[in-house]
Amino acid sequence: MTTKEIQNPLINFLLHLGDNALILGHRNSEWCGHGPVLEQDIALTNIALDQIGQARNFYQYAAKLISETSGEKITEDSIAYLRDGWDFKNCLLTELPNGHWGQTVLKQFLIAAYQYYLYQVLEKNSEEQLSAIATKSLKEISYHLRWSSEWVIRLGDGTDDSKQKILDALEIVWPYTNELTNFTDYEIEIIGDTYKNIKDNWIEKVYVVLTEAGLEIPSTVYNHNGGKQGNHTEHLGYILTEMQFLQRAYPNSEW
Amino acid sequence: MKTFIRKFFYGDYGEEKNTASEHNPSRQTINEWPLWEVFIRSKQGLDHKHVGSLHAADATMAMENARDVYTRRNEGISIWIVESKNIHANNPDDADALFDPANDKIYRHPSFYELPDELKHM
Repeated sequence: MTTKEIQNPLINFLLHLGDNALILGHRNSEWCGHGPVLEQDIALTNIALDQIGQARNFYQYAAKLISETSGEKITEDSIAYLRDGWDFKNCLLTELPNGHWGQTVLKQFLIAAYQYYLYQVLEKNSEEQLSAIATKSLKEISYHLRWSSEWVIRLGDGTDDSKQKILDALEIVWPYTNELTNFTDYEIEIIGDTYKNIKDNWIEKVYVVLTEAGLEIPSTVYNHNGGKQGNHTEHLGYILTEMQFLQRAYPNSEW
Repeated sequence: MKTFIRKFFYGDYGEEKNTASEHNPSRQTINEWPLWEVFIRSKQGLDHKHVGSLHAADATMAMENARDVYTRRNEGISIWIVESKNIHANNPDDADALFDPANDKIYRHPSFYELPDELKHM
C-alpha cells in the first residue's frame, strides 16, 4: 500500500505522529541487550515499548480513517509493514543512527521535549480520539523527558570525556532538530496557531537543560528538512529493511 | 592500643576474605556504581517490602532504575531506596548468641491464656 497521495490533513498528521513514534521506538529498541548497564538497558527498552505502543494508537486511528475513505481494508500492520520510505512522515532526527549512548539519550531528549509540548496541545484538540491518545501518551513522555534530561545533564556535567562525547553528539544531531518545530501545512491545519508556542517552549526547555549540562546550543548554518514530507536520509531504508523483512518475505505471517 | 572493628554491610555474608567493606581496589573500581536496595509498597495500607537491589550513580538514578526494573508490571505505588552500605547487618557468626537463647522461652508466646469462646482469630 501507499499513503503518499493522501490529502486529508488529519490522516497525514496521524501518520506523521505514528511514524515518529515507531521509528524512534525501533531505534531505541536496538539498544535492547546492549545497554551500558542492565538497569539502563531496561530503562531504554521500556521507553521503546512506550513509543511503539503510541505508534499503534496513532496507526489504528489512521487505519480506521483510511479504510473509511478508500473502502480498502487497512490495518495498523499494513501501515507499519507495507509502506515504503516515501510514505513515512517521521522527522529525520528519529531515523538517525544511535551512535554512542550519549548521542542516543541526547536524541531522545530533544524529541521528548518536543513531544512533551506538542502532546499538551493535542490534548486540547477537538478530535476526541487524538486528544485521548495524547493524554495517555503524555504520562509516558513526561517520564522520557525526565529520564533523558538527567542523562544529558549527567554526561555534560560529568567527566571531560563524557562532556566531549556529548558535545560531538550535539554537533551531529543539532542540524536535524529544526525540522521538529518547522511545521508543515497538515500539522498547522490540525493544531492551528498554537504551533508557535510549541516552538518557544521547546527551545526554552532545551536551553535550560543544556545550560545545566554546561553545554551551548550550537550555531548551525544548515538545517536538514524533508522527513515530514517523505524525503528521508538513507538511514530510513535500512530501518525498514530490517523492520519489514518478515512481512515482505512471508506476507500475512503471524506468530 | 589499636583495635580493628569489623563492620558488616548488607550483602557481606559468606565472603569472609573479600568483603565489600574492606576496600579492595581490584573489586571496587571507580567505574562501579554503588549498590542500592529497593523497597516497594504494592498498595495502600501495606508495608514496603524488599524486592531486590540495583546499581546507580546517585539517588535520582536509583529511583528511576527502581521504577524501570521493579515496577514494570504494576508491582507498586511507592518506592523506597537506600544505599546498601547504609544497611548494617549482624555478623552471621554471632547468630547462635543472638537468636538461640530465644528458642526455649516458650513463655514469651501468649499461648497460656484461656480464651473465651467468643474470641476468634487469636
